[in-house]
Amino acid sequence: MSEVSIYWLQQVLNALQLSSIYALIALGYSMVYGILTMINFAHGDVFMVGAFLCFLAATLLDLPFVPTLLLTMTGAALLGVLIERLAYKPLRNAPRVSAIITALGVGLFLENLTLAFYPYPQNVPTLIENVNWNLGGVSLSSLQLIIISLSLTLMLVLDYVVQRTPVGMAMRAISWDKTYVPLMGVPVDLIISITFAIGAALAGAAGTMYALAYPVIDPYMGIMVGWKAFIAAVVGGIGNMRGAMIGAFILGGVEIMVVAVLPSTYRDLVVFSLLLALIVIRPHGILGQPRVQKV
Amino acid sequence: MRATLGVFWDRLMEQRWLLPLLVAVGLALAFAIPQFRLVNNYVQLVMILAGINIILATSLNLVNGYMGEFSLAHAGFMAVGAYTSVLLTLHVFPVAAYPGLFHLAVLAGGLVTALLGLLVAIPSFKVRGDYLAIITLAFLMIVKSALENIDVIGGPRGISGIPRLTTLPLVFCWTVALVWLLRNFVYSSFGRGVLAIREDEIASELMSVDTKRVKVLAFMLSAFCAGIAGALFAHLLQFISPRVFDIVKTTEILIMVYLGGIASIGGSIIGATLYTILLEVLRPSTVAGLLSWLPAVVFDPLNEHFIRHLGVLRMIIMPLLLVLVMLYWPHGIMGMRDFRGIIPLRDRLAHRTATPRGATGHGAADSH
Repeated sequence: MSEVSIYWLQQVLNALQLSSIYALIALGYSMVYGILTMINFAHGDVFMVGAFLCFLAATLLDLPFVPTLLLTMTGAALLGVLIERLAYKPLRNAPRVSAIITALGVGLFLENLTLAFYPYPQNVPTLIENVNWNLGGVSLSSLQLIIISLSLTLMLVLDYVVQRTPVGMAMRAISWDKTYVPLMGVPVDLIISITFAIGAALAGAAGTMYALAYPVIDPYMGIMVGWKAFIAAVVGGIGNMRGAMIGAFILGGVEIMVVAVLPSTYRDLVVFSLLLALIVIRPHGILGQPRVQKV
Repeated sequence: MRATLGVFWDRLMEQRWLLPLLVAVGLALAFAIPQFRLVNNYVQLVMILAGINIILATSLNLVNGYMGEFSLAHAGFMAVGAYTSVLLTLHVFPVAAYPGLFHLAVLAGGLVTALLGLLVAIPSFKVRGDYLAIITLAFLMIVKSALENIDVIGGPRGISGIPRLTTLPLVFCWTVALVWLLRNFVYSSFGRGVLAIREDEIASELMSVDTKRVKVLAFMLSAFCAGIAGALFAHLLQFISPRVFDIVKTTEILIMVYLGGIASIGGSIIGATLYTILLEVLRPSTVAGLLSWLPAVVFDPLNEHFIRHLGVLRMIIMPLLLVLVMLYWPHGIMGMRDFRGIIPLRDRLAHRTATPRGATGHGAADSH
């Protein structure tokens, strides 16, 4: 293969790694939006807490990769449910802005709470032995392989849960109609909590993978990654889960390409400008359904 | 006795001279305090910060409270005003020779920011609610990212060595002037349009409200005020960088607005003042000073376990406060109400004939 095509193949691989992490977080945004039409701005910080839980499990408990991942996902899921029950549930009938502001507050609270414990960036130990394979000039690390395959597996499992199981059917039903679905015997509160738990667990998994791939973590890391994932969800059509995945892969691709062509500091500028343009042109995203406003 | 006091209070509040008198006393104090060193520099600094925060909270309240949109762009507007004015005072205007030019720089900061307010106002014609929130957020991020990428103005390092030109009387005058401007806007026919848009955009359009024009005006006015506040802030801090104006700054202003209560100018004034003071009071040294009268048996463990850590703790307490306010006190201190002195007389009279009891402001019913 020529020099140039190897370079770009390598970039595609890097983009896949970043995109799968974005996709896992974007799914959480999209699921919550789909069911509550609420932007859970604290979601990026649940991802951050996930990364710190991974750090704790790896350093304090000395756990290997798989138990760390399971522990982190469980911890993040519990945190997600806790936030939903304490902060969002009382506001379900309040004006929508109240819920958004509360979410911002919860996010800031999580950041500063973590900051109180870890004022300095922390180094996450390597949990996966790093093996590099050389595939015709393109290098693939064991970590990249695990991140990409694990994310894809989680996404397939989620897709199955949402499309094929009773819980998933209940989720889709609630996002369709909130007045009559409870009358059909669907436990709305439970389903909403499950949605938050699943979304947060995915964010926890993303936190673990991020901490392994980019091993310096700090309490504010969730802000930027969270917003990016949120953009991915909006680009794909928020509320639509397959859209969130597509959006994440577009965003990851754009980011890596921008960095490959321009200085890396231009990344956020380009990404947010694209978001602005997209919202003005196609507010409902790539796969989203435009909302019809009735008078 | 109480009844007499109540009547007296009511009568006092009705007086037309009350507000001008308060402003005049405030103005005299604002000039007297630095002149005669009535309070120390630290208290003066807190007062200046409170004034800047009042401008920020009141102007954000116009968009988030009165118009019912959710804008996150305020820190971005501040940044534009700050950078514009700083570049003018550092490189264009000979401020050292003619200090009066500083006022021009502040005004220019506000005007440039108002123009950028258009960038947010135009998408708001089509997009509302969550998506407009995202647009304002994207605007904030783009401003920050753009500033970080322009190396001529310091890039991520920012600009230091800004002359300290912001003074207490100046901030007082700007605060009074801008709050006055916002109050007049809110109670003008444009302000009625703003309220109508919040209640129902389509209905207000049918009732011949020029929604586009109202939105442009509201966004530009709000941005203008934020730009002025940013300019004043930069010449107080003497150092600015893109990081100063990030999403955390916007969140701070949001806390002030929602603590004070939406759609209330008096509420924003109270919210901003309370937040500024609270943030300062919660410093370890201040709390230790306030509680130093306690016996050592009580004070020492308290200091060891609580007060010494307040520097970090207050960063946790503030967002928690925001969440608690939203959960248990969604109207904030003065939500949808206002001081009688702020509401124009004709509105007060009209309202009194409509509803004899209760001193609420404009009778707009929100979906709370």
